[in-house]
Amino acid sequence: MTDDWPLFEVFIRSRSGLEHKHVGSVHAADARMAIEHARDVYTRRAEGVSLWVVRSTDITASDPGEAEALFEPARDKVYRHPTFYSIPDEVKNL
Amino acid sequence: MSAAPAPSLAEVARRQAHCRYVLRLADTALVLGQRLSEWIGHAPELEEDLGLANLALDLIGQARLLLSYAGELEGRGRDEDALAFLRDAPEFSNLTLAEQPNGDFAHTIVRQWLLDCWQLEIYAALTDSADSRLAAIAAKALKETRYHHRFSSGWLVRLGDGTEESHRRVQAALDELWRFTTELFAPDAVDQAMQAAGIAAPLAQPAARWSARVDAELTAATLQRPATQPYPWHGKSGVHTEHLGHMLGEMQHLPRAYPGARW
Repeated sequence: MTDDWPLFEVFIRSRSGLEHKHVGSVHAADARMAIEHARDVYTRRAEGVSLWVVRSTDITASDPGEAEALFEPARDKVYRHPTFYSIPDEVKNL
Repeated sequence: MSAAPAPSLAEVARRQAHCRYVLRLADTALVLGQRLSEWIGHAPELEEDLGLANLALDLIGQARLLLSYAGELEGRGRDEDALAFLRDAPEFSNLTLAEQPNGDFAHTIVRQWLLDCWQLEIYAALTDSADSRLAAIAAKALKETRYHHRFSSGWLVRLGDGTEESHRRVQAALDELWRFTTELFAPDAVDQAMQAAGIAAPLAQPAARWSARVDAELTAATLQRPATQPYPWHGKSGVHTEHLGHMLGEMQHLPRAYPGARW
């Protein structure tokens, strides 16, 4: 039966204000069932306040073979990092 | 010091009815929770296994709160464990529907859905109870029940409006289990005593709301509501189908074989 049910990726927001994070996946026949399965599998210990599910086939991933072309060019641009600036004490949560 | 005056006969009867009323709610939750837990390791999917177990745990949690309270109302020193594990079937007062066997998945879903719809109305009404402790238990249970209903009504529609095979099975389950619904809102002396005391609401309004919800969801699931069958089921009064005794045999085996056993 598992073969018939598509895979959904599960994202949980642990508390208000934070972003949803990917936590894993569930099999389900439809999106409503996927929310229920995600709730039952991934929020048993009060891990979240919000759930997203998305069909795994709807996610387009970058090709590991293209990793050099995609990510290497950023390596030598260290000036993009904020490490050259001093951060005032009054600024929180950066 | 003078002893407290002996309670009047009417007061004794009221207390007994109060205990009995709480015990009925407890037993329905406990028996349904035990039935659901029989699916553990056997559900059609890993995720459904966990889902059904979560439902079972919620129901057994409700039963624990209610059984403890019933034990206090009874005043004979029986705690939740004594009430759950050391009573025989005729002492159980759950709704007859709750004890029906799991059958196929469609049977389990129909039984769950009918009782979820019932608990939704009963718990919602009890949040206004004159008994503040019962109102608090009902408020907690109502949140859980809303999820249970989401789960069971989702499956009802999915199966009813699914394949020819799933439709046939869920309609068959409905046809078989419907006769037990006559008991859900049939008041007896205990219910009437609790209504008079402001502890329970009259059953007419919850019954109408239950019926309307059931009709709407059956329509969404493309299922036919069976004809009402006024067969007198009396699980609430301790008269059960043969299934309860078998279920209790398994549920109570350990505490009876090893009295006082602890983890």
